[in-house]
Amino acid sequence: MTTMSSIMTVVRNASAPVRMHDRIGSWIAPAIMLAVLLAAPAVLSDFRIALLGKFLTFAMLAVSLNLIWGYAGMLSLGHGVFFGLGGYAMAMFLKLESAGGKLPDFMFWSGLTELPFFWAPFKYAWFAIPMTFVVPAVLAGALGYLVFRSRITGVYFALITQALALIVSILFIGQQAYTGGTNGITNYTTIFGYPLNAPSMQLILYYASVAALVAAYLLCWWLISSRLGRLLVAMRDDENRVRFSGYDPAVLKTLVFSLSAGIAGVAGALFTPQVGIISPTMMGIVPSIEIAIWVAVGGRGVLLGAVIGAVVVNGAKSGLSESFPAVWQYFLGLLFIGAVLLFPSGIMGLLRGEGWQRPWWLSREQVRGAISRLIPGATR
Amino acid sequence: MEVWALQLFNGLSLSSILLLIALGLALSFGLMNVINLAHGEFIMIGAYTTYALQQAALNFTGDAQSGITFLIAIPVSFVVAGAAGYVVENALIRFLYRRPLDTLLATWGVGLFLQQLARTIFGAPNVQVVAPPWLGTALTVTADLVLPVKRVFILGLVTACIGGLYFYMYRSSEGRRMRGVMQNREMASSLGVSTRRVDSFTFALGSGLAGVAGCALTLIGPIGPSLGTFYVVDAFIVVILGGLGQVPGTILAALIIGMLNTMLEFGTTAVVGKVLVFAMVILFLQWRPAGLMRAKGR
Repeated sequence: MTTMSSIMTVVRNASAPVRMHDRIGSWIAPAIMLAVLLAAPAVLSDFRIALLGKFLTFAMLAVSLNLIWGYAGMLSLGHGVFFGLGGYAMAMFLKLESAGGKLPDFMFWSGLTELPFFWAPFKYAWFAIPMTFVVPAVLAGALGYLVFRSRITGVYFALITQALALIVSILFIGQQAYTGGTNGITNYTTIFGYPLNAPSMQLILYYASVAALVAAYLLCWWLISSRLGRLLVAMRDDENRVRFSGYDPAVLKTLVFSLSAGIAGVAGALFTPQVGIISPTMMGIVPSIEIAIWVAVGGRGVLLGAVIGAVVVNGAKSGLSESFPAVWQYFLGLLFIGAVLLFPSGIMGLLRGEGWQRPWWLSREQVRGAISRLIPGATR
Repeated sequence: MEVWALQLFNGLSLSSILLLIALGLALSFGLMNVINLAHGEFIMIGAYTTYALQQAALNFTGDAQSGITFLIAIPVSFVVAGAAGYVVENALIRFLYRRPLDTLLATWGVGLFLQQLARTIFGAPNVQVVAPPWLGTALTVTADLVLPVKRVFILGLVTACIGGLYFYMYRSSEGRRMRGVMQNREMASSLGVSTRRVDSFTFALGSGLAGVAGCALTLIGPIGPSLGTFYVVDAFIVVILGGLGQVPGTILAALIIGMLNTMLEFGTTAVVGKVLVFAMVILFLQWRPAGLMRAKGR
């Protein structure tokens, strides 16, 4: 009986509609979204495009978190740090360009007389731009290796990365002379000699964000469909089994965590010139955990879900929080609870027809009763 | 010499508050494998309960400085925060026992909601609880070593709480059931222990302890809606260092973290001290990944 029903499940899963859904998920939907993003500047105002450009960097950040959380089961609550580090690396380059060989203003105010040695190479784009990837990747690699080597997983990993978010943000606030303190690094006017706030430059940055997002998406997609991707999912579901099969989970996890941090860093590097500021408020505990809700709302374990989630949640945030900040906070709180309990597979899950989770305060019978009352004749 | 004694005392004082916060986390983690990110908000609830009681006393008697109000506030904070914990556990957390990472996110949502609720009720700016005058004095041990009575009081309060917890866990039948469920849930359940009841009572107990911590924090400084976030991350580090839900391990870890923090801050700066403590904990976990004390299950 059980064998029969399990065979039936397999047969049902292999039937056409599911495969159709997969094809929509992996090819058609991303292609449509890309077309919309490319066409958006023709329709939307400059202001909206700037906003959308910012959201796209968030989407890239969400894709990087989805790679390690959705597929490999490692929930990092410190991804804001990696985003911020990339953003700071870019800001250092922009700041030095704007300062034009002089000492950046905030250093002068803090009483520094010459440029710190680690700032000096950031005046070259060929150094600064790769560093937006390398610095977060190295930090994540070092922390990840130590943590994964001692087989710290799950909740412990989440809490340690959260502590990282706290530590790094207070470190950046505390070292005012080197990081600009609470205000962060701001007031840069040009990029490669062109004015930063010109609409044409904003448009170029928007398209750069689209390109970077597509590149990150394709990279993650390639990774997931490779052998390594299957190993990641296997580690999420049963790490010991992977270990006994002769792989070293610590190395694999470190690798993918580090890559994810690097992608987050590049997203941060694109964020900085578009918004015009990077500050420690971007990398504390609160912004870091919000990234997780973008992924959860979009659908974890589905790459496209992260993109959709980041854009939808941030769109709702900029719509709601400006006019009703208090309402937004309540809404965000409920969103965290709802995303976990009511629609754990997110928007992508709903689109794929996986539907809603049974509301947790109702029993199965109550749901069945309610459905048959609402839709007479429904036999589910 | 006196300088070091004072540092030692400050370290103890910080440890005691961390311990009070971390105990609740450690208990619910050891029992239910649940990490409660809204734990900081139970601290906040305790602190605002104290504030609200004082305001009420001010309105009725015109005397905010009465020590009695503060003494009453301690058990009231415990009960209010514990009741809030009981509600959260029953309405939400019990549905998530097998999904620890999801609990993390859902309880963060609860925390955000509670913070905003506090902002709506009490306003966003910080408020100040006036300490009773007898707590404002200082205890002169030697000419150079002067201890604030507030801190001594908090130390005593925490000691009393630990004593109470010990009595509850090891000398009462309710506590025996709790330890039974911690050691082996299925076995305890089949022997007739209501694990549901144990779970929600333990969670409420932990939340109540956080409430007492919040009440104690009103003595140290002004309180605000995001008061808890500041302390709770340190408390997580204590729980991780102490080992899965081990009460003795948690106590030891709280002592170590509190002392290290104070000593390193004294030697360097507050920020560098925190960074060093974090690095030390990560390195320590290389040596003993399960924390200071390992959970013994059967």
